[in-house]
Amino acid sequence: MTISLSINGSMHNVDADPATPLLYVLRDELRLNGAKFGCGLGQCGSCTVMVGGEPVFSCLMPISSIAGRPIKTVEGLGTLDKPGPMQRAFIEEQAAQCGYCIAGMMMRAQALLEKNAAATDADIRRHMQPNLCRCGTHMRILRAVRRAFDFTKSETQK
Amino acid sequence: MSPDAPASMQRRRFVRASGALIVYFSVAPRLGIAQKEAQNVGKTPSQTPLPGSLKTEPFLDSWIRIDEKGNVTVLTGKAELGQGIKTALIQVAAEELVVNPAGITLITADTARTANEGYTAGSHSMQDSGTAIRHAAAQVREILFALAAARLNTTTDQITATNGTMRGKEGTTIGYGELVAGQNLHVQATTGGRLRDPAEHVFVGKPWRRIDIPAKVTGGVAYIQDLRLERMMHGRVIRPPSPLAKLREIASEPIEKMPGVTKVVRDGSFLAVVAQREYEAVTAMRALARAAVWDETASLPDAQSLYAAFQAFPRENYTILDQGILSGSGKTIEATYRRPFQLHGSIGPSCAIAQLENDSYTVWTHSQGVYPLRNALAEMLAVPKEQIRCIHVEGSGCYGHNAADDVAADAALLARSVPGIPVRVQWMREDEHTWEPYGPPMIMAAKAALDASGNVSEWQYEVWSNTHSTRPGAAGNLLAATHLQQAFTAPPPKPLPQPEGGGDRNAIPLYTFPNARVVHHFIPQMPLRVSALRSLGAYANVFALESFMDELALAAKLDPVEFRLRHMRDERASAVIRRAAERFEWAKYQKRPGRGRGFAFARYKNLGAYAAVAFDVEVQRESGLVRVRRAVAAVDSGEAVNPDGIRNQIEGGIVQSLSWTLAEEVTFDRTRITSRDWGGYPILRFSGVPDSVEVNVIDRPGQPFLGTGEATQGPTAAALANAVADAMGVRIRDLPLSRSRIRAAAGL
Repeated sequence: MTISLSINGSMHNVDADPATPLLYVLRDELRLNGAKFGCGLGQCGSCTVMVGGEPVFSCLMPISSIAGRPIKTVEGLGTLDKPGPMQRAFIEEQAAQCGYCIAGMMMRAQALLEKNAAATDADIRRHMQPNLCRCGTHMRILRAVRRAFDFTKSETQK
Repeated sequence: MSPDAPASMQRRRFVRASGALIVYFSVAPRLGIAQKEAQNVGKTPSQTPLPGSLKTEPFLDSWIRIDEKGNVTVLTGKAELGQGIKTALIQVAAEELVVNPAGITLITADTARTANEGYTAGSHSMQDSGTAIRHAAAQVREILFALAAARLNTTTDQITATNGTMRGKEGTTIGYGELVAGQNLHVQATTGGRLRDPAEHVFVGKPWRRIDIPAKVTGGVAYIQDLRLERMMHGRVIRPPSPLAKLREIASEPIEKMPGVTKVVRDGSFLAVVAQREYEAVTAMRALARAAVWDETASLPDAQSLYAAFQAFPRENYTILDQGILSGSGKTIEATYRRPFQLHGSIGPSCAIAQLENDSYTVWTHSQGVYPLRNALAEMLAVPKEQIRCIHVEGSGCYGHNAADDVAADAALLARSVPGIPVRVQWMREDEHTWEPYGPPMIMAAKAALDASGNVSEWQYEVWSNTHSTRPGAAGNLLAATHLQQAFTAPPPKPLPQPEGGGDRNAIPLYTFPNARVVHHFIPQMPLRVSALRSLGAYANVFALESFMDELALAAKLDPVEFRLRHMRDERASAVIRRAAERFEWAKYQKRPGRGRGFAFARYKNLGAYAAVAFDVEVQRESGLVRVRRAVAAVDSGEAVNPDGIRNQIEGGIVQSLSWTLAEEVTFDRTRITSRDWGGYPILRFSGVPDSVEVNVIDRPGQPFLGTGEATQGPTAAALANAVADAMGVRIRDLPLSRSRIRAAAGL
């Protein structure tokens, strides 16, 4: 069955079983690397992407339930040559060790950034709770997210 | 020179350069045998005094190659595990070669291209590979100077090097590429080569940005999980439901007809599926799991009496320290500490790709040891090892021997069933949680006597442990190989010898005690599969030893930091202890209800990095919740190549060890592992990480690199236990310091 998905601003027609979780479509059909398989159970957040502005576990969300909502992945935040504010913040804070969880972290943080740019450090920490990191990069991740908020604030003030 | 050609296949030519160069025409003595972790590391250099891994791979072109365009390739037998090793190795090479780090291509562990440096383990990469690359690069630079002097018709002291170019006094320049044209660097390293003066360092000692991070934050191909080979198919393995379960029957015909399914593979109790698309493989795997009938055995010990059962197992006793006389006089104190089975718990389940073409296998793997893995695969597949190439590709952080090698074996077995087709296998979360080799349980019993002035007069320490390495080298170390009809069995486990040790790693205190005895009780019998988890026995030994130091300080009515310094004769250790205490403002700490401070120190393996950790914690007695308000660490890693990389590793080590120490324990009933996912085996989330972590790096320019990646695992555990004891007035000696244990200690 063919399903249309809006991903990072462009439309894609995907031929897959409607029960297929979004994660597998992103990775295997559309060759997007950002969202990662971590648990397939919604426990770790390494598959986090934005759907309709909300952070979701793409490993659990069947493509049939997307219903036209726009999907955003880490590839939609910028490129290697032109990294976006969230990506720049993670590079500047060197907020990765193995980095496997990081794209999911960035997408969860991005969802908060787009919803509440005035979020406090405590808000950020609470918001990031669903995502796991095993290398213990949490402190840097929090600093990077803060920095991304600050970037965005200073850019909107310009 | 093509970086693609293996060093052993290169044509060798005499290099006319400095007269001091020794030229060899023999093949580099590659270590083709499986290197046990203990053999790879801590070996006393005997015949060859060459530094680092130059001992086993002495040829300069095994490490550094420069092509005729001046492009520099650096090769390492070590692998990026998320610790940032690639960046640090490039910094080291750039410094000694006097080139821009951005122009260097780095090739990591690959059996067809790089040196055999055994495992990337034991915090040895900078010591082994960093040291080899540093000296090889320095000697290549000296060769380039000699070549330039000849070409520019001058002497080497009249030449300066900048970013890949040599400049003579009159301003004539010549590039490295032009200098090496027609030359070959297949020459053996010498001892006593000149290194650049640390005072002139441009790249080493500077916080260099990690080269791998940009791709990781923009969705680039950064992991083995992201590789997509032409015609690649996907495999999944249906693992037995319990450690000794045998597959009785499987009605697989209906599943073979499912969409996308190419093949169902059964060999003994090894059951797997190959499908066109990944989700098709997952769907078929689930159907096979439902259809499979297993015979299970209640083979596991009673979790309630695990430690008693453990101590009753047959054991080998090794006295690893015996000095002075133990008279049993003075004020005697004793305590016993315990550590359960714990997980590596990589966030990304293990993954590998294998392809069989023209009787040869190529295996893309995130194994920590491509050469030992190749040996194990060769035995399992019954092919000569020359017909297997293992290429390291980064995976999710591993923290030791996880399922990386096992999934490579899975992929190789499936590749054999569909010749020509690359097969990608990624484990499911439950596979990783229930089948990865765990960090083994340990029991530590400490006893000491204090003299009248409060000094330790006698020290006795015993540790009971399984092995801390069942790494491959043999087919029986690969999970799938133990499930085949013609099953392989793992070689008998052995203790890893001192000075690095396994279960007894850091069991010998660095403190000076006049009379001391330390015994390692090695237990060969393994009720569950175990192997190397970050820092091996050091985590539990330092937890016990440094908890006990606090118990002794309390008995001696002395400040814990002061008590440590009293017994410490190693100046660098004392400096690290002082730095952490000062930055924490230990002396000014104001005790408040529900709050406590804790301190701990260790030098990893007694020969790696020195690290001290201090915590300020808040303990909520009713909920059992422990919050770390502030963490301060100090570390001495010898010469710091990338100080930010060290900080990143230390911060990460603290947070990870906090997770182990507060929450982690593998659970099981008499038959099955019951901690099957993050629900059953919770780890620290954002709400549980410290409010702040401060890391102070003490740089020692000119001193040898000291392995850092595992240095804070033990000190973190003890500092936390000490802080909790300070806050509660009650000591908890069983890991983890879970909420239920805190509540029980509070009498709730």
